[in-house]
Amino acid sequence: MSKKNDNYESTFWYRLKYWVNGEEETVLEEESERHEAHLKRVAIEDRVYRAFSEIPDDGEEQEAHYRALKKELYELSEKYKTWPEKQGVKIFDRFYRIFAVILCIGIIGILLVTVSYLPQFGSANNPNNNEVSKRYIEKGLEETGATNIVTGMILDYRAFDTLGESHVLFISACSVLILIRVDKKRMEDMTQEELDEIRGEELYEKNQDIILQKVAFFLVPIIMLFGIYIILNGHLSPGGGFPGGAIIGASFILYLNAFGYEKTRKFFTYKTFSVISIGSLLCYALAKGYSFYMGANHLDSGIPLGTPGAIFSGGLILLLNICVGLVVACTMYAFYSLFRRGGM
Amino acid sequence: MLEHLLDNYYETVSIILFGIGFTMLLLNRNLIKKIMGLNIMDTAIYLFLTAKGYIAGRVAPILTAGVQEKDAFINPVPSGLVLTGIVVSVSVTAFMLSLTIRLYRRYHTLDIDKIAMLAKREDL
Amino acid sequence: MTPFAYLLLTFLLACAIAVSLSKSLLNSIIIFMSYSLIMSIIWILLESPDLAITEAAVGAGVTSVLFFVTLKKIHAFEEEKEHEQEE
Repeated sequence: MSKKNDNYESTFWYRLKYWVNGEEETVLEEESERHEAHLKRVAIEDRVYRAFSEIPDDGEEQEAHYRALKKELYELSEKYKTWPEKQGVKIFDRFYRIFAVILCIGIIGILLVTVSYLPQFGSANNPNNNEVSKRYIEKGLEETGATNIVTGMILDYRAFDTLGESHVLFISACSVLILIRVDKKRMEDMTQEELDEIRGEELYEKNQDIILQKVAFFLVPIIMLFGIYIILNGHLSPGGGFPGGAIIGASFILYLNAFGYEKTRKFFTYKTFSVISIGSLLCYALAKGYSFYMGANHLDSGIPLGTPGAIFSGGLILLLNICVGLVVACTMYAFYSLFRRGGM
Repeated sequence: MLEHLLDNYYETVSIILFGIGFTMLLLNRNLIKKIMGLNIMDTAIYLFLTAKGYIAGRVAPILTAGVQEKDAFINPVPSGLVLTGIVVSVSVTAFMLSLTIRLYRRYHTLDIDKIAMLAKREDL
Repeated sequence: MTPFAYLLLTFLLACAIAVSLSKSLLNSIIIFMSYSLIMSIIWILLESPDLAITEAAVGAGVTSVLFFVTLKKIHAFEEEKEHEQEE
């Protein structure tokens, strides 16, 4: 006989079962139908009551009438107790969960079998270490002038790919703007509660946290300097436009949290966002767009590659890094600001 | 087979992480949990790609002064691809979260089944 | 470095399972943040410092902040507080 566990609800098995079954049973109530049924029931109860009070003489007939009404009432409540659609959804849910678990285990199994046939991890003879990467490493420095081969690769050999990626960021910021921007027209449609929330966001900013402000006063310039360093040294050391831009965006977010929208509006509005993003993307496209017309062949940009290791080296890579960094920083700040208040 | 799996331990872990993310995506009703599952799937794939580019005993592809041997550096191609992927995954996450906020404003719930029921009732 | 890598990978798996098992959304977001940080250390072990910097800035920083703001927007903090008071 097994021991009884008092904290069964905190055991691993219970939690696993809980997780497999989902967080809670979804209750799918058809409210209007329920309300209708309730009204009907009230009416029948009323009739039962009247049957009792109005026909006081004939006991038997009254009882038969009463029984018929009672039966109708019972059938009605039975009908709505076992609601067929709810039952169907429950059965579907159970099957869905079982099949989902089977599917997941099957996919993991198939992929693990595939992994067991892969070549040895970390060996130099893997088929993916082919002539492409060898050529990048051998010729990378003399063709692109960047000591960081990854940056030289993504901003020179594959610069086109990075242009598309910057556009993905910009388009994503635009769609977030369309989805959750709060403007005058949308404010008219909003409920009082949502308006209060936006006003509360502004009210909350009036009494700022002094500790946060003092810390941000010291930290924001340092974080921003670090981001600029990472962007400018992208072709010499690990880093580049993407991490540097994200760090600068994070410093803007800290500044916004410490000093509020009144201060950030002085230097960052919709206009700044669109001018900086579109300007950087256009600059990038102009700098690299010529390869479209040349069949994506590498062409000399006319800028000397410079000595490897100096900051002005690597031709166009420094300019492209700065463009990408500006786009990423603006996008990150725009995401946060839009999510928090629905505006900039 | 088990030996191979233990040899390729980075790949094995990435596949298991992919499975966990996929299970979260299928079995959780909460939209935010679903988005997190998708993010875990993303990082699992990046881990797989990066592990395939690693070569034991070699260093990151950053040329220091004088060293110009082709056998000293790991494969730079997966690093470049994954760098692209990380930033795209952030923008996709932001887009999905903004859709979640809109859904919550309309239906006041995060449960995907309830949202589906409410949307169906609205159509009727 | 192999034992260190084993340790980090085990922690990664534990974090991923904890994200899906935890009931509170706030907890799972914080665990997801630590998952991203562990990932950036693993990328240093795999000799990809570019990826490590990007993941630390983007994955652990900006993505988690976006998740937090979303939680605030959908009033999940207040609901959790009410839930605790009920208990």
